[in-house]
Amino acid sequence: MTLLIVRAPGALTTVQDGGRPGLGAFGVGRSGAADLPALGAANRLVGNDPGAAGLEITAGGLTLAVTARAILAVTGAAAPVLIGRPGQAPLPAGTHARLVLRAGDTVTVGSPTAGLRSYLAVRGGIVAEAVLGSRAYDSHAGLGPAPLRAGDRLSVGAARGPLPTVDAVPPPYRPPGPVELAVWPGPRADWFTPAARRLLLAQRWRATAAMDRVGVRLAGARHLERAVAGELPSEGMVTGAVQVPGDGAPVIFLADHPVTGGYPVIAVLTAAAVARAAQLTPGVAVRFVPGG
Amino acid sequence: MRVLGCGPSALLVEFAGTDARAAAAAAAWLDRAETARPAAVTDLVPGARTVLITFDPAAVTVAAVRAWAMGLDAAAAPARPESPPAPLRIEVDYDGEDLPAVAAALGMTVPALITAHTAALWRCDFTGFAPGFGYLRSDGWAHTVPRLSTPRTRVPAGAVGLAGPYTGVYPRATAGGWQIIGRTAAVLWDERRDPPALIRPGRAIGFVAR
Repeated sequence: MTLLIVRAPGALTTVQDGGRPGLGAFGVGRSGAADLPALGAANRLVGNDPGAAGLEITAGGLTLAVTARAILAVTGAAAPVLIGRPGQAPLPAGTHARLVLRAGDTVTVGSPTAGLRSYLAVRGGIVAEAVLGSRAYDSHAGLGPAPLRAGDRLSVGAARGPLPTVDAVPPPYRPPGPVELAVWPGPRADWFTPAARRLLLAQRWRATAAMDRVGVRLAGARHLERAVAGELPSEGMVTGAVQVPGDGAPVIFLADHPVTGGYPVIAVLTAAAVARAAQLTPGVAVRFVPGG
Repeated sequence: MRVLGCGPSALLVEFAGTDARAAAAAAAWLDRAETARPAAVTDLVPGARTVLITFDPAAVTVAAVRAWAMGLDAAAAPARPESPPAPLRIEVDYDGEDLPAVAAALGMTVPALITAHTAALWRCDFTGFAPGFGYLRSDGWAHTVPRLSTPRTRVPAGAVGLAGPYTGVYPRATAGGWQIIGRTAAVLWDERRDPPALIRPGRAIGFVAR
């Protein structure tokens, strides 16, 4: 069986797949890849099902060695990819393309120049112990395989189905300027003043360093003012919800968000916007735009 | 009952009335929804007075799910020929750090509080916060208890706590702001068990002093 041996784990590299949907009533969130389209693209390039288990690499720094011939792809953030081969200088490879590694090769995903999370898929998928039907690491609930450490050995599954004829796909376009996130009105938009609802769309926001797989906290010149005082009885939350705690600074919920919460949700991101939000880095400017 | 928009792949059903009435209406609606659940609905998540519906927008439109949700309001309750299961008994050592302070705040002696807590029949309205953490409410418990102003960085697994009108049992050690009145050895969450969560929405629970 082919193994991937972790030479360097990076700051935070976790096994992720399509997650474990349908368990909210047990208090278990869906989790899974924060940027699902990126994981899907990597998997499709190597002929896997889109939700197959791969690696989510946060801020780069991962080096893996392969024990046998392996077919890989790296998508997500714009990051350098290097193939190390014994006796040769490192070979620059690319993201969004199918890579073929020989036994003994290493692959390194470097620090991103744009975006935050890289996704590495291997043909056959990562074989790790499934919890409640998924191999995803849920950082909030503490479910699934622990983040990677140096020396870890990951098993690769058997390839299923053919390789696609396409061996490279265009990376997502990142226009200059603030990252635009399309939103629908949230269930508690009426908990905010009309001025606050306008401000949400008019103000230039900034992603702060307070970000992880649970969510991204935003800062802005002015905070969002409530029309309804008091606490919100706990209700179910969705990925992509823009939740506004008491201080009026919005938080965008990502894959490991709490299943229920007591702060009002003023807006909800589209799926495409969630993928962009999963790639925000501290300091990046953000604008909400009407979606749907 | 009203249905609130919640983005491209979810809707939030909300019930009116007192906390108790809304929780009961949500539970009844959830019961009907689970019986008649289309494949495109991916999850039903109860809250204090709501049920969140998530669905696959590639398989069904928001409008169709909204119509389904509204239709369930008028639908007859499904026949429940079997009597509900007996309440789950959870044994508790009532020796929590906050027990004296909570009793004093409620104007009761500690023994009286324990008697009241064990006499009440509790029901899980919804879960959240952590896998297996249920928010338990009882019509026989009218007290409201504030959260700690400074949450503890570590509450041990099995701690029994109070916050607002609810009782909750921590399935694993986490940070927590609930007032701790005791602890149980019951295993609230085991990912390898079927079902993994001991306390699920709708479950009736009774506490027993050890």
